[in-house]
Amino acid sequence: MEGSLTIWLAIAAMTAAAIFAVLLPLSRTTHAAAAEMDVAVYKDQLAEIGRDAEAGLIGAAEAEAARVEVSRRLIAASERIAATAGEGATRRRRMVAVGAILVIPAIAAVAYGLKGQPGYSGQPLAERQRAEPAATDMAGLIARIEAHLAANPGDGRGWEVVAPVYLRLGRVPDAVRARSNALRILGATADREADLAEAQTLAAGGVVTAEAKAGFERARALGPGHPKAGYFIGLAAEQDGKPDEARALWGKLVAEAPAGAPWVALLQAEIARLGGTPPPAAAAAAPAAPVIPPEIRTMVDGLAARLAADGSDFEGWMRLVRSYVVLGEAAKAREAAANARQRFAGEADKIGRLDGLVSELGIGGT
Amino acid sequence: MSPEIGHFALVLGLALALVQSIVPIWGSRRGDAALMGTAPPVALGQFFFVALAFATLTHAYLVSDFSVENVFQNSHSTKPLIYKISGVWGNHEGSMVLWVLILTLFSALVALFGRNLPLTLKANVLAVQGWITAAFLLFILKTSNPFARITPAPMEGRDLNPLLQDVGLAIHPPLLYLGYVGFSMSFAFAVAALIDGKLDAAWARWVRPWTLVAWIFLTAGISMGSYWAYYELGWGGWWFWDPVENASLMPWLAGTALLHSAIVMEKREALKVWTVLLAILTFSLSLLGTFLVRSGVLTSVHAFAVDPERGVFILAILVAFIGGSLALYAWRAPTLKQGGLFAPVSREGALVLNNLFLTASCAAVLVGTLYPLALETLTGAKISVGPPFFNWTFGPLMVPLMIAMVFGPFLAWKRGDLLAVAQRLTLAFAAAILATLVAYAVTTGGPVMAPLFVGLAAYVIVGALLDIAERIQLFRAPAATSLARARGLPRSAWGAAIAHAGVGVMLLGIVGETAYKQETIVQMRPGDSVQVAGYDITLQGLVPVQGPNYRDLVARLTVREGGVDAGTLAPAKRVYTARAMPTTEAALKTRGVSQLYVSPGDASTDGSIALRFFYKPMVLLIWIGTLVMMLGGVLSLSDRRLRVGAPKPSARRAAAMQPAE
Repeated sequence: MEGSLTIWLAIAAMTAAAIFAVLLPLSRTTHAAAAEMDVAVYKDQLAEIGRDAEAGLIGAAEAEAARVEVSRRLIAASERIAATAGEGATRRRRMVAVGAILVIPAIAAVAYGLKGQPGYSGQPLAERQRAEPAATDMAGLIARIEAHLAANPGDGRGWEVVAPVYLRLGRVPDAVRARSNALRILGATADREADLAEAQTLAAGGVVTAEAKAGFERARALGPGHPKAGYFIGLAAEQDGKPDEARALWGKLVAEAPAGAPWVALLQAEIARLGGTPPPAAAAAAPAAPVIPPEIRTMVDGLAARLAADGSDFEGWMRLVRSYVVLGEAAKAREAAANARQRFAGEADKIGRLDGLVSELGIGGT
Repeated sequence: MSPEIGHFALVLGLALALVQSIVPIWGSRRGDAALMGTAPPVALGQFFFVALAFATLTHAYLVSDFSVENVFQNSHSTKPLIYKISGVWGNHEGSMVLWVLILTLFSALVALFGRNLPLTLKANVLAVQGWITAAFLLFILKTSNPFARITPAPMEGRDLNPLLQDVGLAIHPPLLYLGYVGFSMSFAFAVAALIDGKLDAAWARWVRPWTLVAWIFLTAGISMGSYWAYYELGWGGWWFWDPVENASLMPWLAGTALLHSAIVMEKREALKVWTVLLAILTFSLSLLGTFLVRSGVLTSVHAFAVDPERGVFILAILVAFIGGSLALYAWRAPTLKQGGLFAPVSREGALVLNNLFLTASCAAVLVGTLYPLALETLTGAKISVGPPFFNWTFGPLMVPLMIAMVFGPFLAWKRGDLLAVAQRLTLAFAAAILATLVAYAVTTGGPVMAPLFVGLAAYVIVGALLDIAERIQLFRAPAATSLARARGLPRSAWGAAIAHAGVGVMLLGIVGETAYKQETIVQMRPGDSVQVAGYDITLQGLVPVQGPNYRDLVARLTVREGGVDAGTLAPAKRVYTARAMPTTEAALKTRGVSQLYVSPGDASTDGSIALRFFYKPMVLLIWIGTLVMMLGGVLSLSDRRLRVGAPKPSARRAAAMQPAE
C-alpha cells in the first residue's frame, strides 16, 4: 500500500511537471512579436561577428560579408514587425494553456491505462533473493549442477536431477536437452521416455508433436499402463480431433488404476471436460485430499512459467486455470484467470470462453 | 525505482511531443511569439521524460528486475556489468527507446543552443522534430513497450544474444543511432524551410554542422560495426554487403552527398532545391535503415507477414514521413528561388559530379538491398544479391568519384581550368605511377588490377596532401610564410583535405586485404605446426576455460617468426551456457598495419581442431582510414565560421585578397 502511494505521488508530480513545461513559456509577461525576437537574434549575431572579428577568429573579409548578409535579414525582419500586430494573442495563449491542462493528463491516462500496472512495484533480484532464500538456493544449485555437468557431460544422473528444475524455471529447451542426455546415457526406461516426451510437448507449447507421441508410445511399450504416457497419448488423440478415442483411453486407465492412485482425479476431470462420464476409481477409498503427483505439479509449473514468459497462448491459459482447479488451488486459478482476462481484454469471444470456464469450475466471484 | 515510473515518463513524453507538434507551428503561422516560445521548454521536458524512462529501464537491467519482460528476455543475473547496460539497447524495444532518447537530445540541443536561429525557423524545426518523436513514441508504446511486465517474475533471465556480448557492439548502436538521428536535424531544417518558403545561404550554414555531426557518428558507427563483424563473427571478412550493413551505408552515401551540396549552396546560393531534396532523402534512408533492421523484414518476409502489427506501423511511419515530406517538397519547391547556372568545369561542377556519383552508388545499394525483398514478397522466390552485384555496380562508380575527388579542391569557384589543375597534380600522378610499379614488382600473385588500385590510393592520398601544400605554398614561399598560411587556413579546408586523404588510406587497406590476403585451413593436433606468410605456428594444446557466463575451449598457439618467438595466439570456441549457443572467438596478432588472424572450427573427437589462418596485409588501414575521415570531419566542425554562420567572402573579394592564387 505504501509503495503504491509513492507511485501515485510520482505520477502526479511528473504530470504536473509536464504541464508546467507548457505553461511556463506562456506565462512570461513580456511578449514581443515574433519579428521583434528575430530582430534581437540578428542584432546578437552582428555583435558576435564583431567579437569574433576582433578576436581574430574569422577574417576581416568574412566578417564584412557576414555583416552585410545579417543586416539584410535584420532589415527584412524589422519590416515585418509592423505587419504582424499581436491581435488574438491572449485568446490563443489561453486556449493552449487550457488545452495543456486538459489534454496532457488525458493522453497520459489513456496511454498508460492501456498497459500500465501502477500497483506492481519493481522486483530487483537481490531483494527477492533476500525475501525468498529458497529461490537463491535453487539458482546456486543450478549453477553448481551446470558446472558439474560441463565437466562431466557423461553423468546421466546429474542431467536427470537438473531437468525438472529447468522445467520449473521455464527453461524448457534446456529441459529437453537434459532429459534426452539422461535417456541416452542411462538407457531407456518407461519413465525416461515419457519424461523426455513430456518436455518436448511443453517445448511445443502443449502440442503433442509426432516426435513426442512416438516417445510416449515407446514408454507405453516399455511399461504398459504407464499413466503419464497414457494421459499424453490420449491428449494427442484429442488434439488430432478424436476426443472419443481420448475418452476411451483415459477411461481404461482410470478403470485399471491401482487403488488410491493420485492421478485418477486429474483423468476424471479430463474425461468430464470432453463430455464423458468418468468411471469410478478402482478403490472406493479415494484419498480425501488428493496427493498431487510431482510430474503433474512440474507440468503445471512449467506451463505457468511459459505463459509468464509469453502469454499469447490463450488455450494455454485455459489449461492452466483448469489445472489449478484440479490441483485444488482455487486462488491460483483465479489469479491465472485474471491474468488471462487482462491479456485478452480486447477479444470478446475469448473472454466469453474464459468466463464460461470460470463459472463452470465454480471459481467465480473474484 | 519502479519500472512503472519509466512507463509513465514515456507516456508523458508522447503527450509533450504532441503539444510540440502542434503549438509552435500554429504560432509560426500566426506570427505569435508566445506560442512559438513554448517549443524550447517543451522540447527540454520531452528530453527529460525520455531520459527518465531510459534511466529506469537501465536501472531495471542493473538490478536484474525480471518482472520487466524486456529484462527477462535479454539479461541474466551473472552477466558482466557492461553487458547489462548494453543489453538495454541490444534488443528491439530498448534500442527504439535509445533512438528516441537521441532524437529528443538533439531537439533539446536546438532548444538550448539555437539562440542565433530566427524564432520562426526554430519553432518550425522543433515542431518537425516533435512529429518524428510523437510517431516513434506512439510506435514504442503501441507495439514495442519495453516496460511490459510479467507476473510472477521469473527467477532468471534468458541472457543477451552472445554475439552481442562484445565491447565493440556495446557502443556500436549508440554511435549508429547518433548518426541516423542526427540526419533528422537536416530533415527538420529542410521541412521547416519548405513550410516557411525561405531558403538562403544561412540555412545551409545552419544545416551543415548538424549534418557533419551526424556524418561523423555514422562513419564511426559503420566503421565499428565492420570491425566487429571482422573479429567477432570469425569469418575473416570485414564487409559482407549484408542488408543490415547496406542499411547504414545508404544514409552515409546520401549524407556525404548532402554535406558537399550544402557547400555549394552556402558558397554559391545554388543547388538549393537539390540540397533540400537530399536532406529529405538522407533522413528517409536513415528511417528505412532503422526499420529494415528493426521490423523483422530482413529475417524473413514470411515472419513479417505472420506478425504484421509492428511492420504495418513501421510502414505507416515510413509512408507518412517520406511521402509527406516529398509531397511538401513537390508543392513548395517550385516557389524557392533558384540560384544561377554554372560552368561544368568549376568547383561547384566537381561537387555536382560528386553528388551524381554518390547518389547513383546509393541507388545501386538500394536496389541490391530491396530487390530481393520485393521479389520475395511478390513471387515468394528467395534470391540473394551478393558481393558480385555490388562490386560491379558500386565499384565502378567509386573509381571516377575518387579521381574527381582530387581535382575538386583545386578547381576555382565559377570557372576552373582543368589543364592547369592537372599540371599542379603532376606529383600525385607520379606517386600513382610509382606506387603501381612498386606494387607490381613487390607482390606476387593477386589480381592484375590490384597494383592499379594501389596507384589510385596513392594518387588520392598525395592529391589531398598537395591541396594543403598548394594552399600554404609549401617550398615555394619561405618556410615562415608557409607556416603562417597553414595557421591561417580555415579548419574546414584542413578537414576536407584530411577526410579525402582518409578515403585514400581506406582504399589502400581494402586493396591490401582483398587482393593480397593469404588463407590456409588446417586440421591440427597438439604439437602440429603450420606455416602462414612466414610465420611458424604451433598448436600447444586445447584448454577448457570457464568464463562468467560462458565456457571456452581455447586453442593455445605459439607463433615464431624466422625462428624467433613472436608471442601467442588464443582463439576459442565459446559456448554461452544460458542459451547453449556457440560462438567463435577469433584471435588476432597485429604487425604494423597487417594482421594474422586465426579462427577456430569445431574440435573433433580425436583431439584435433580445424583452424583457419589468414594473413591480411594492411587490413588495419581500412579502419584507420575511417578514423582519418572522422578526424577531418571533426576539424571541419570546429571551424568557427560554421558556428557563427558567417558566409565566405565572394570569389571576387577573395581574389582581391589573395592575388597569389
